[in-house]
Amino acid sequence: MSDTRNLFNKVWDLHSVRTLPDGQTQLFIGLHLIHEVTSPQAFEILRERGLQVAFPQRTFATVDHVIPTADQSRPFQDELAEQMMSAIERNCREFGITLLNLDDRRQGIVHVVGPEQGLTQPGMTIVCGDSHTSTHGAFGSIAIGIGTSNVAQVLATQTMFLNRPAVRRVVVNGQLSPGVFAKDVILHIIRKLGVQGGVGYAYEYAGTTFDAMSMEERMTVCNMSIEGGARCGYINPDETTVDYLRGRPFAPQGDSFDRAAAWWLSLASSDDAEFDDEVEFDAADIEPTVTWGITPAQSVGISEKLPHVSDFPSEEQTLVREALEFMGLQEGAPIAGTKIDVAFIGSCTNSRISDLRQAADVVRGHRVADGVRAIVVPGSQQVREQAMNEGLHEVFEAAGFEWRGAGCSMCLAMNPDRLQGREVCASSSNRNFKGRQGSPVGRTLLMSPAMVAAAAVQGHVTDIREFALAPV
Amino acid sequence: MSSNEIKTVEGTGIPLVLDDIDTDRIIPARFLRCVTFEGLGDHLFEDDRAQDADHPFNQPQYRNASILITGRNFGCGSSREHAPQSLMRWGIRAIVAESHAEIFFGNCASLGIVAATADRNDLETLAALVTQNPDCRLTVDLESLCVTAGGQSVPVRIPDSARTALITGQWDYLSRLLSAQGAVTAHAATIPYLNDFPD
Repeated sequence: MSDTRNLFNKVWDLHSVRTLPDGQTQLFIGLHLIHEVTSPQAFEILRERGLQVAFPQRTFATVDHVIPTADQSRPFQDELAEQMMSAIERNCREFGITLLNLDDRRQGIVHVVGPEQGLTQPGMTIVCGDSHTSTHGAFGSIAIGIGTSNVAQVLATQTMFLNRPAVRRVVVNGQLSPGVFAKDVILHIIRKLGVQGGVGYAYEYAGTTFDAMSMEERMTVCNMSIEGGARCGYINPDETTVDYLRGRPFAPQGDSFDRAAAWWLSLASSDDAEFDDEVEFDAADIEPTVTWGITPAQSVGISEKLPHVSDFPSEEQTLVREALEFMGLQEGAPIAGTKIDVAFIGSCTNSRISDLRQAADVVRGHRVADGVRAIVVPGSQQVREQAMNEGLHEVFEAAGFEWRGAGCSMCLAMNPDRLQGREVCASSSNRNFKGRQGSPVGRTLLMSPAMVAAAAVQGHVTDIREFALAPV
Repeated sequence: MSSNEIKTVEGTGIPLVLDDIDTDRIIPARFLRCVTFEGLGDHLFEDDRAQDADHPFNQPQYRNASILITGRNFGCGSSREHAPQSLMRWGIRAIVAESHAEIFFGNCASLGIVAATADRNDLETLAALVTQNPDCRLTVDLESLCVTAGGQSVPVRIPDSARTALITGQWDYLSRLLSAQGAVTAHAATIPYLNDFPD
């Protein structure tokens, strides 16, 4: 008889150490990724209690959130950031954890580095003190973001307590139109299901649209699961997954790889796998998508106009009014043509080599519009190196973009890269929350890297599909 | 009797019945540049407060509140435990919302903060009561699963696991996890990727 458990439940069952009478599972964690922001207090808890790291060889650290992307010389000018660097260096040294530090060519955003190094593999349980840990679900793993108390728990025991979520299959079938990217797919899903729609669920993304995606595109989709309320989202491993992992430094090698690949593929949800819920979308309905508000669900297709407050149920109108007022946008106005001040290409959502190639293809031969500040921040040192080998930095610099070092940069403003005042930023990142990009009144428009590039050149939000025809 | 037992939270309330309040708003990212959680209470909702003089967390009549009445999807976004830490260090001991984001809920559980849910109309009732009379005493009762205030009572919900842990004082999850470390080591031996993928 075939196994009708979906991938999520197979992987969960494999890692279940015990179930408590109250229903919680003590779940074994296969890979623990840490960074400088959410770990220092966790190590202090270990010290206070006289505990060691239980599985230091299953724990990997990098630095990303606070590091400057322009001048990376030490000590950092920001003393607080420097303190955090010193703390993670000391903690990794004292507790025997591998740190991919700034002087290590493998350093970068934790959710770019894990997959790139082959640390992230199908069938694993993966946690990190960062909500975008959902990214790693692209490989068919259970990958969830956790808080600092949880980080301490996982450091000390390699386990944590979790209630098993329900699993919703989110199906998208069909071929994406030219100019429509993975980012648009996930923005569309969040728009339709809402920012709280996924609470209590893990999302399995299935269907021919995801089947056709590269691993980097799948990471973009899974990355933003949390913006839809789902703590994790995943895609079943297939040959694309296996091909991506072959030869990566921390992936199994030789005969082990073949055995691993067979096991990975066996985990995929079968055709008769059972789900708690299912929703379906058609790829043909998805346009280049842009957010207009202060939650990632407040978005429209590029050819659409902003909704009217009265379009929403009465209980949601307060939030819609708040969003329009904060953004300085008018209900019923087109999103295309919205002026921007800053263009940011980067973040754990869209800073991989394919993202940079797409953006470079758009800007090649163009100039960033007058008055627009534009930066490109590769997700890792390896992405940066690859891009430079391909000459992409020259394309960006010739167009007037700044070419930076790897880090989280302007996604979350814990480093010198920030919006000023009420600047409007076309951003390839994941969150358009009030103040997210460092100015309390700064404004964010989320979109794909190609759309950011087009907006940078035009100085306003532009339909990437028409951009090629537009006069320079 | 364990000193960690939390069966009730009593105190005055503070109303903030808005939806999708994310953790960047609760504690802006620049305040995460720290290696301890000390002092975070001073920066709770800092940017929202600066832009809205009437923000409830600016109003002196709520300064001693310990029970937050809020809306849907509270604490969404970033996993930063700095968010519940800043609420706790400001003085909040219970958050009654229409719903909580999951990572935020888990962080509250680890800190012994009561994160309960109630129906929207009941939240509006509580918020109105607190607004009219900021000195009104509220009791969040985890045993009878209700909030009582001013002679009224509204039902609240909280997942069994969190409720049991709070009532019995077993919300120090680290100690409970450590008690099974033998089983954890044994379990690791059954995980294929830790054992070179046996056939």
